This record gives sequence, structure tokens and C-alpha cells, in this order.
Amino acid sequence: MPNRMPEPAGLLLDRSETVEFSFEGRTYAGYKGDTVASALLANGVGVLSRSFKYHRPRGPLTMCGQDSNTLVQIGHVPNRLADQTTVAPGMTVRAQNYWGSLENDRLALLGLLHRFMPVGFYYKAFHKPRALWPLWEKVIRRLTGLGTIAPDAPHGYFDKAYLFPDVLVVGGGPAGLAAAIQAADAGGEVLLVDENRALGGALNYARFDADGALADQRKAMLLRELQARPNIQVMSDTLCNGWYADNWLALVRGNRLYKVRARALVLATGSYEQPLIFHNNDLPGVMLGSAVQRLIKLYGVRPGSRAVVATANSDGYGVALDLAQAGVEVACIVDLRADPPADELTAAAARRHLPVLVGATVWEAEPEGRNMGVRAARIARITGEGTCAASADSFACDLIAMSVGYTPAAPLVYQARGRVRYDEESAMFALAELPAHIFAAGSLSGAFNLDAALEEGYRAGWQAAGDAGFGFGPEPACVNPKDAVGRTHPWPIFRHPKGKDFVDFDEDLQVHDLENALTEGYEHIELLKRFTTNGMGPSQGRHASVPAVRLVSKATGAAMDETGNTTSRPPVGQVKIGHLAGRAFEPVRYTAMHFRHLELGAKMMPAGLWLRPEYYGAAPTRSEAIRAEVKSVRENVGLIDVSTLGGLEVRGPDAAEFMNRMYTFAYLKQPVARARYVMMVDIGGVIVDDGIACRWHDDHFYVTATTSGADAVYRTMLWYNAQWRLNVDVTNVTAAYAAVNIAGPQSRAVLEPLCEGVDLSKEAFPYMGVREGHVAGIPALFLRVGFVGELGYEVHVPASYGEALWDALMAAGQSHGMRPFGVEAQRLLRLEKGHIIVSQDTDGLTTPHEADMAWAIAGKKPFYVGMRSVSLQAEGRLTRKLVGFEITDRAAPQPKECHLVIRGDEITGRVTSVAFSEALEKVIGLAYVASDQADEGSTIEIKVDGGERVPAAVVKLPFYDPDGARQEM
Amino acid sequence: MKIINCPLNGPRNAQEFVHGGEVVAHPDPHRCSDAEWADFVFMEENRAGVVREWWCHVATAYWFIAERDTVKDEFLRTYDPSELFRDRVEFTRPDPPPDPDPPLDPDPPLDPDPPLDKEA
Repeated sequence: MPNRMPEPAGLLLDRSETVEFSFEGRTYAGYKGDTVASALLANGVGVLSRSFKYHRPRGPLTMCGQDSNTLVQIGHVPNRLADQTTVAPGMTVRAQNYWGSLENDRLALLGLLHRFMPVGFYYKAFHKPRALWPLWEKVIRRLTGLGTIAPDAPHGYFDKAYLFPDVLVVGGGPAGLAAAIQAADAGGEVLLVDENRALGGALNYARFDADGALADQRKAMLLRELQARPNIQVMSDTLCNGWYADNWLALVRGNRLYKVRARALVLATGSYEQPLIFHNNDLPGVMLGSAVQRLIKLYGVRPGSRAVVATANSDGYGVALDLAQAGVEVACIVDLRADPPADELTAAAARRHLPVLVGATVWEAEPEGRNMGVRAARIARITGEGTCAASADSFACDLIAMSVGYTPAAPLVYQARGRVRYDEESAMFALAELPAHIFAAGSLSGAFNLDAALEEGYRAGWQAAGDAGFGFGPEPACVNPKDAVGRTHPWPIFRHPKGKDFVDFDEDLQVHDLENALTEGYEHIELLKRFTTNGMGPSQGRHASVPAVRLVSKATGAAMDETGNTTSRPPVGQVKIGHLAGRAFEPVRYTAMHFRHLELGAKMMPAGLWLRPEYYGAAPTRSEAIRAEVKSVRENVGLIDVSTLGGLEVRGPDAAEFMNRMYTFAYLKQPVARARYVMMVDIGGVIVDDGIACRWHDDHFYVTATTSGADAVYRTMLWYNAQWRLNVDVTNVTAAYAAVNIAGPQSRAVLEPLCEGVDLSKEAFPYMGVREGHVAGIPALFLRVGFVGELGYEVHVPASYGEALWDALMAAGQSHGMRPFGVEAQRLLRLEKGHIIVSQDTDGLTTPHEADMAWAIAGKKPFYVGMRSVSLQAEGRLTRKLVGFEITDRAAPQPKECHLVIRGDEITGRVTSVAFSEALEKVIGLAYVASDQADEGSTIEIKVDGGERVPAAVVKLPFYDPDGARQEM
Repeated sequence: MKIINCPLNGPRNAQEFVHGGEVVAHPDPHRCSDAEWADFVFMEENRAGVVREWWCHVATAYWFIAERDTVKDEFLRTYDPSELFRDRVEFTRPDPPPDPDPPLDPDPPLDPDPPLDKEA
């Protein structure tokens, strides 16, 4: 590690442990705590990647994860940030975006062709002829990829967590620490997050005073105060990745996504240091002043041997002092300002005799062979805005540090719809207005003076706590000057005749690219962004945005404020698909008999939120199992769990009137102890649900609803009655009841011996009757209904008795050879009876007339929901109809659900249900057909898999037992 | 995610609610024109500005009314529907034209063989 400084440099390092990893096939050693980038720089490796378009070598720019130069492939994961990812033993790191080798990228020749690849090149060059698009796409994708995806990568475990602090502080620098401390004193729960490993922000690396001691003192004080407050939860290494409505924030740490609801939010996210734009400003070895300081202080890496520091503020002098202290020769401090004011840091630089040139800039960086580094900086006198004197002096150096200004790290402010305006005096964008419940502090809000940042932090913490309901003590005062003015140069852009003066490093955009786009008329900042892709790369305009605004403002003559900035949306930084897709909250509901089904070997299937038995048996025996279940019901007796059916209680003096309004049928005169079919249509006359209504009393109905429709039916009922104000109460009792349907010729024989207080005889309890009584000592409701078309009883009991009911019936059925049956058998049984299943045999447009359900409409009552629409449909022309069909040719392939009904070259309908009926010895089904195909005896053609058209005959429904004799036994 | 202040349950995540459309007067289904009916069924005002909407807190099945600024995406006020809907709503059919036949039975003694026990 030739560039490693001795201890104590390297705050984040644990030098007791050496870590070996490989980069581009070569093995390197770093210390525990090193990032990939710092370990490589310590070993003299400065090139980490190739640029997107011209394949120029690139090295670290920010050392804090804010540029795309350090995106590398680590193992099977592409696009990891080398300056944020710590090294691990055996880690395999590869550079991205090159062809050949990183050092000798054959595509670097593209740089020579830049004249022929102007901005908008792809739009312009490849749009004709259209036939070649796929070819070009393939070539371009090959040239511009960012890492490779390994399809066989092992799956990771990603999950989500939820936090509810009173005050969330984003940013653990001086202002954020102060805010957390102050808010905690007020008594609320405080959550402090920082994307870095170590709290302290700039206190960890920046120099605030001549001897560099102030930062450490302040940090020690703040961390002591922080630790003394147990109501502060600290999450470091955590990226706050987005702001959503009402302070709902996304935090990403490792493989976990935290969703945080904060009563009040303090943003102390700091600022992004901005690059200087000059010829070859993208060479490895050209980096931000703060990156230089991070390397020295955090990682103990000497970033070069001879440095030029380009600056426009006193922070650059701090960088020069740090370099000198680290043993790097400072060739020159180049101050862009003509007349820099003297302060503590400039004085300290003068005491160390660091050479200073004022009123000058780095005009060019001279590349080291094949652009792999910097050989010298050519420095020229500034003659005007963006212009320099013709002569330039060359200063040999291998490092150029840039400290020419800042822009607030405001993505979260933008996302929260805070207002930002351009401040001419400081030449920076500044926060103008923050939404309710959001407060800001530190350099984000322009406080660059350390003590001002602390004061603002205390105040923001106090404000946020008060906002969250924790008022405490007097408002902390802010007396120190913010010192935002004099930090940022208003025109750090030096357009070079030979170009390579990069504005956007991600997209290889140079000054003339933006100027050309402006000339072509893309003068709106949002249009310019989209046409040039400025700021659209992985670094999201953190460095490219403000220069673009400056260039637009200059070209159009509009003020910076008028020009505005581009919109910022979540995410702020990287987010993995796993974070979004990882473990979600998907509840499933079990019926009371669930575990009995499992014991019987049921294959479970989802039905709405519920799980229901599809059939009982092992998967290879599926069709035999279903066949046996069907046979058992038709010839003997079967038992099915129907607990998932919706159950609604409608009670009150207006119960019958309410039923009459909600459903299409007539209910005022429905006799007590009888059931009646219910069909609900929506306001547009489309079938939305069905079931049966049992009348227990004049003012008490128990209504069933479909498994998946029950909740919506319940809500719809409540919505209407919120307006009608009928004297009725509706309760959803779906989960309060467990229910079974015992069906088949032997069902009465099985049930009868268990019953008390209910006479099951045909005369006493006819078809469509409903009774109360006891079964096996369990209070129960008996509904004599016939969905499957055989003698049968639905038995509804309180859910807590569900398992006992199942056990009692199964025991009683044993001597009769009773089988449990599942949803698949029930589907076939009801299909044989021609009963529709709402949402399988109906869609979002099915009307009662199309489904041949006009018999369920009481057209003469005063009102039901959708009545007007249904009567309009009756007047109009029917375009399709749901009919029964059969295929008697045993050799013909069996259609599947959703296969199309075709006439000539026209689609006239589709199959909604289809199955082979053992009882009828033919394929039967339901299908939509054109209304002129709907008559009994017409032949339709169904296009099956493979394209063959199978003829089918339209027949009358039901297929089985048309007189209903079996269910009325 | 937004927070909606439910009049019954207090402030809750928007995820717990469903939107029930604009609060609009239902036209008299027997007396309005076809065009009025179609407009009621198919059209939404979709106004930019302050609108009055139905919202339902799903877990408690409680419907309420919200006044919301669709431009600022802000809930201004939420309240129980009884503030707007105080009186029982009745529906009547228009007087039938003179008819020599006996009067219509609004609830015919139907007892067909309906399909029952629905699942889906």
C-alpha cells in the first residue's frame, strides 16, 4: 500500500486486519474498513471505470458515493459504488464498461470520433431506416452497458420494516447531530439517519480552523451529548431514499427497506461540492477538495504526490493545508477570485508558504499516457466570465483538487415540494420555503460557518419537536453569520476550444454539447435535460445540474431563478429491485377447518384472501380425485367447506326495503324461513355479485355473497345507506360463521341422526327452506339449497365450532362412504347445473340479459340499484349472450377457458367455463357468443390450442337434471 | 403515503381507505332523460380545485365525506355523511298511464328455481 499514510490518519480503518480482494484479476490488500476505492488508491490504482460514451478512464471524484465514476461490478452485483462499499476478504471486483481491458479499452477510440457524435447523436443517426433499429440497438447496448446481470445469482433475502419517530433527522453532520440532541431534550422519540458509516459529516474530514482541531472538539462534544440521550435512535449506513406525502420516508439499509412516518422532519443533508469545468477535468487524479480530505482523514490515503488546488473559497486553502500536512507537495493554490479576502485558513496557508496564484484557473489538465492520469495542470489568468488569457503556465502535478463551490443537497426538499431560489449574492441555490412539518439546518440551508450550522441545528430540532407536540424551553438563538457568501464561484465553467470540458461525467457531456442543444432551441431546462440527457445518469445531476442552469441562463438572458432547476423525484440514490420486491405483507385467511383439510391431503388454492381445498389427494392423481369427488356427490354424499362464502346480516324495520333496493329480485314478500336468490348489479347494470338471502324474521335477513365479492358488497351496501338513511343495520359476519355444504342423495341420511330441533323431512323442510336448530349439539343454521344440483344442506355454525362440525359430519358420514370434495369438483357440479359463477362467467360488462338472468329481475318494483341501466339494456340490442354448449365428439380436443369463439375471421365470444362431464359423457361449457348464435341448436366454432377450430352445439341449460328433481328429493 | 383524517378513527394511512368517487346527487331514475342518466353513470367532474368525495375506511367499513384540494393534494375537511344526508330517501314510480288491467303487483310471487350457494 504505497500511498497509505501512517497512523493516526484513517478514521474508518482497522489496521489490525488486512483484507485481500481482487480487482480486474489482480489481488490487492487493504485494511478492514477500507472502501474498494480507498484500498485501490492506497495501492496506486486510480482508474476504476470507463466512461459511458467515450470510454475515457475515470477515477474517484467525490469519495462519498455521489459520482458514477466508481460504479463497479462486485461478484454478481453490478453498479456498486466502489467509494461506499467496504472491502471484504476474497471480494472479486471488476471495472465496468470497457472492451478488452480497463487499461487498454479498444472503444476508447470513440473519443476520437466525438466530432461525429454530437449531442442527440443517437436520436439523429439511428432513426432511419427503421428496419435497422434492432441491429443498432444491439450494438449500442453492447457499447454502453453498466455492468452485467448474472441470471444465476443467488437469491437474497430482502424485507421491510416500519418506524414511527416523532422527529426524523436526516443527516448526521454537525447540524443534524445538534437537531437530534435538541429534539430529544424536548422528550419525543428521535430517529437520526446518516448514509455514511461514521456520524459527524464534515466534522470527520473538513478543516474549519488553522490547526484543524475545532472539528474534533465539536464532534466529541456532540457525540457525547448524543449518547447521553436514550430517546435518540441512530441509524448510520442508511440512505434516506425518498420523501412521500405527509413525511412518509423510505430508508435503505443493507437488504432492508424501512418505511418511516415522522411527525416532523429535520433535513440536514448538507451540500454537494461542485467541480470546476476545464479541459480534461475528468481525468483520474482530478477530484473534489472534499474527496481529497476524505481520502486523507477517513482512509489515510495520500491522494497524490504533487497537487494543484483550484479554489474559489477558503475551504480550498484548508484542502491545501491538509495535503501539505499529509506530505503532498502543493505545487500551487490557484484562486479563481481576483481578490480573495484574508481569513484564518488563507493566513495559515501563507504561514506555510504555500504558493498562491489569484485571479487564475486551471485551464487544462495534461493527461498522463492514454488519459490514465494527470501529468500537469496548465494555469491561465482569468480575463472574464469563462475566458482566460492565451498563455498558460504548466505546473507538474498528479493531483488536481477542486474547491470552487457548493449546491445544497436538496433532493428531499424538492420531493417535498419545498421552494428553492437562486441567490445572486452567494451564487448558490438556496432554500426559500419549506412545507409544513419540515425544517432544515446546516449547509443545506446555507449555514457553512460551523457554529452557525450548530445553532441552526439546535433551532431546527427545537422547531421540529414543537411541531411534533413536544414544546420545550425557549427557541435557540442563531447569532453567528452563515458565511454562505464567498463559497461558490458564479462561473466555474471554462469552455475549451478542444472540448473535453465535461459538465456531466456520467453522460460524457461537454460544454459545447449543451451549447449546441441550446442553439437547436432546447432552451427550457427540462427540455435541455431530456435532449442531452444532462443529469439523467446515476449521479442524477448532483454536479451537472447547476452548470446547465448557468449555461441556459447565459444563453437565454433569463435570470438563474427564472431558468429554474429540473424536477427531482425519488429515489435519491440507488435502490435494488429486491428492496421494492422483497417480502411483502400478503395475508391469507384460513377457515376453521383448514387443518382438517391438510390432514386429509387437500391441495389448497387461493380464493380471494382465503385458502380453499382444490381437491383431496396427491397432485399426480388430480383428475382421478376430482372425478371420484364428483361421483361421490352425484351418487352418494359429499362434504365441502363453504366457510369462505360472504355472510351479511341485514337487520332493522327497513331490512326488506333495503334488500329490495340492493338486489334485482323482490324481497318485500319473501316468506320467513325461506331463501331467495340475490343478484346485485352496479349503477351501470353490470352483474357484480350473487348469493342467496335467508329471511329469519320480518326484519332480519342473512345474505350470502361470493368469496371474493363479499367485502365490496358490504361496502356498497353501507355506501348506499349512508345516503338513503334507511332504518337498517348491516354487519359483515363472513368470518363469524364456518359453513359446510353436505350434498348428495345420502346427505339427509348422514345429517339427520345428528340434528336436534330441526325436522329434515322433505315435507317439513322443503327445497329453498331455511331452519335453525342444532347439529351434534352445535347451534346451526340450515339452508336447503342446491348449487350442485343434488339434495343438500348448507350448515352454518359459529366459526369456533367449525372444526367440531367437520369432525362430527365426517364421522357420521363414514358408514355412508362420504367424501370431502373441493372447489374443482364443485365447479364441475355447478356447471352441469348451468349455474354461473360471478367473475368467472361474467366480466366487467356482463348484463343480466346477456347472462340470461332476466328471470332474477323484479322489473316492477319502484327501485333497485342500476334499474334504469338494466331497463335501457332491455330496450337496446343484445350484442352477445352467455350460452351452454356441448361437444359430443369424443375425439375432438377439449377447449379451455378463454378460448375464442370464432365465426369466419371474426371473434364473437369466448369460453368462460368448460369441463368433461362424467355423468353426461361429453364436454360441456359456458361461452359468450354473438346474439344470433345463441339459439339452441346453433353450431359455434371454438379455436383451441394449436389453432384447430372445434365445433360445438349450443344447448339449453341446465345440462343435468333439467327438472331439478334431484335437489328436491 | 398520505394520511387521511377519518372522522371515526382519526389519522390513518391512505392505504387503509378506498375512494368512492365524487359526492353527486343521484338523478331520479324514473324521471331523468337517458342523457342525464348516462352522464350520471359514466362521467366524472374531475375538477381541479376543491372537491367533495366519498372515502371509506376499509377496516371499519366507515364511509365519510372529504373535501379535498386536488391541485394541492390536500385534505381540507372530513366529516360524517349525516351532515349532508339527513333525510330518508324514497323512490316512487311515475303514475302509470291509465290501464284497464288490474294494478301491478310490485312484488310478484316469484319462486323459480334459483341457483344457489355461490362461490368464486
